[in-house]
Amino acid sequence: MSSAVILLHADDNVVVCRRTVTAGERISIEGSPDVIARRNVEIGHKLARFALPQFSKVIKYGAPIGSMTESAEPGDWVHLHNMKSDYMSAHTRAVTGDEP
Amino acid sequence: MIANGYLRNDGRKGIRNVLIVTYLVECAHHVARRIVELSGDSQVHLVGFPGCYPNDYALRMMKALSTHPNVGGVLLLSLGCEGFNREDLAKHVAGSGRGIDTVVIQQSGGTRSAIEHGLAAVRRIKAQMDGAVVRTPFYFSDLVVGTICGGSDGTSGITANPAVGRAFDRLVTAGATCIFEETGEMIGCEGPMGERATTPEIAAAIRASIAKAESYYRAMGFGSFAPGNAEGGLSSQEEKSAGAYVKSGHMPIVGVIKPAEIPPSPGLYLLDIVPDGAPKFGFPNISDNAEIVELMACGAHVTLFTTGRGSVVGSAIAPVIKVTGNPDTYRRMSEDMDIDAGRVLEGFADLDQVADEIVELIKITATGAETKSEELGHREFILTYKTFEPSGPSCFPRTPQLR
Repeated sequence: MSSAVILLHADDNVVVCRRTVTAGERISIEGSPDVIARRNVEIGHKLARFALPQFSKVIKYGAPIGSMTESAEPGDWVHLHNMKSDYMSAHTRAVTGDEP
Repeated sequence: MIANGYLRNDGRKGIRNVLIVTYLVECAHHVARRIVELSGDSQVHLVGFPGCYPNDYALRMMKALSTHPNVGGVLLLSLGCEGFNREDLAKHVAGSGRGIDTVVIQQSGGTRSAIEHGLAAVRRIKAQMDGAVVRTPFYFSDLVVGTICGGSDGTSGITANPAVGRAFDRLVTAGATCIFEETGEMIGCEGPMGERATTPEIAAAIRASIAKAESYYRAMGFGSFAPGNAEGGLSSQEEKSAGAYVKSGHMPIVGVIKPAEIPPSPGLYLLDIVPDGAPKFGFPNISDNAEIVELMACGAHVTLFTTGRGSVVGSAIAPVIKVTGNPDTYRRMSEDMDIDAGRVLEGFADLDQVADEIVELIKITATGAETKSEELGHREFILTYKTFEPSGPSCFPRTPQLR
C-alpha cells in the first residue's frame, strides 16, 4: 500500500488513516507536502492535511463535515476535541478524546 | 433466473419458507418463545410487538410482515386482553392464502396449555406449508434488497458503503428493487439526492423527508450518532451522513416510500423512516433491527448491513448479509462477517470486486444458502410505536407495473 492515509477528494483538508499511524511518522499525501503525525491515530480517524484555523470548515468527501473549535497543525488528529458538527450535537462516552 | 423461489398464493415469491410465531403483547412473549424453541425447527421464527396500546403503524407492519414473501404461515399468540386487533391481522393473513392460527392464552387455560396448543398449531401449519409448497423461477426482477449501516466508523464511508452502492447499481441495472433509508443519517445530503429523483415531486418528497428527519432528531436532542461512531473516527452527523449516503449508489431515485409500503415496480427507492407529525413515541428507530424490520415490511428479501465497528445481528424472516469496511474488525470478527470490504483499504481489492462479490453472495443466499448470521442462529426482531400518514401517489413511479 502506498500511503498510510487516503485523500478522498482533492478539496479535502483532512485525510483518513488506512491503518493506525504512530506519533512522529512521516505521512505522504497525494498532491500536497508530507505531514508528521503528531500523535498515534487509529484506523478510520482523520489527520489535518494543512493548518486548520479555529472556526474554519473541515472538508471531507469534498464537503463540509463541521467546524474547528480549536486550531490544528498539519498532522494533528482532527476529532471531537477540536471540531464540531454544524448541525447537531453528538452524544459520546467519556472515552472520546482520550489517547487511542 | 437466480434461484428457485417459493410461490405464494398471492403471487409473491420468497427465498425462504418461514413460519412466524407472533406475540401481540409482551405478556404473550414467553409462551411464543417457548413454542418456537420447542418446535426445534430453524424455519420457525419469533416476532412480536410488546405494547398493550393499539397502534395503526404496528398493525400495518404486522400485516406486511405476515404476508412477506418469505413467510408461508403465521401463528398469533395473544394474551387475550391487549389492544392489538388480532382478528383484523388474522383475516388479512388468511386473505393472502397463508396458513394462520391464533392461540389466546386466557382462553387456552394458561401458559402450559397455550404452549401445547401453539405447538400443535405450528405442526399443523407447517405440514400444510410443506404439503402445498410450489417452487418457481426467481429472477432479479422478483428480488427486493434493502441496505442499512450499523456500528459505522471512519472506514464505512470509504469501503463497505460505496461497495454496497456499486452492488445496488448492478442490481437495479439487472431489474431488481433496491431500498435505502436512514433519512436521519443523510442530513446534509438532500441537495445531491434530490437531483437524482426521476420527477420534481419525488425530489420534493426527498427534501421534505430529510427536513422532517432533521427537525425530529433535533427535538429528540441527539442526532443518529452513537458513541461508537465517534470512537471509530467519525466526528459529526454530517460526516456520518456523507459516508452513509454512498450506500445508495448512483441510479435514479424512482420513489419515496414509508414503512409497510411495497414498491410498485423495480428501481431504487428511499424509505422514509421518520414518523409524521409532532414527535410522539421517541426515537424513530431505537436500534438497527428496527430498520431491518421496516425494510422487510417493504418486501426486502435480503438486507445488506454495512458495519465498521462490527455488528453481529441477523434477523427473523429475511437473511442479513454483513459487509465490514474495517480490516481489523474483519480479522477480529470474521465468523460474523460475510464480506470483507476492508481489503479495499489495504489495497487487496477494489470497490468493483467487492460489489461483484456482494451480488454473487445475494444470488447464493437466494438459493437457500445460509448467511453467517443465519448459521449462528441470529433471529433478532424489534417493532415499536410510530405514526405515519400514507404516502401520496406522487411519491411513487408514474407508470407502476404490477409486480
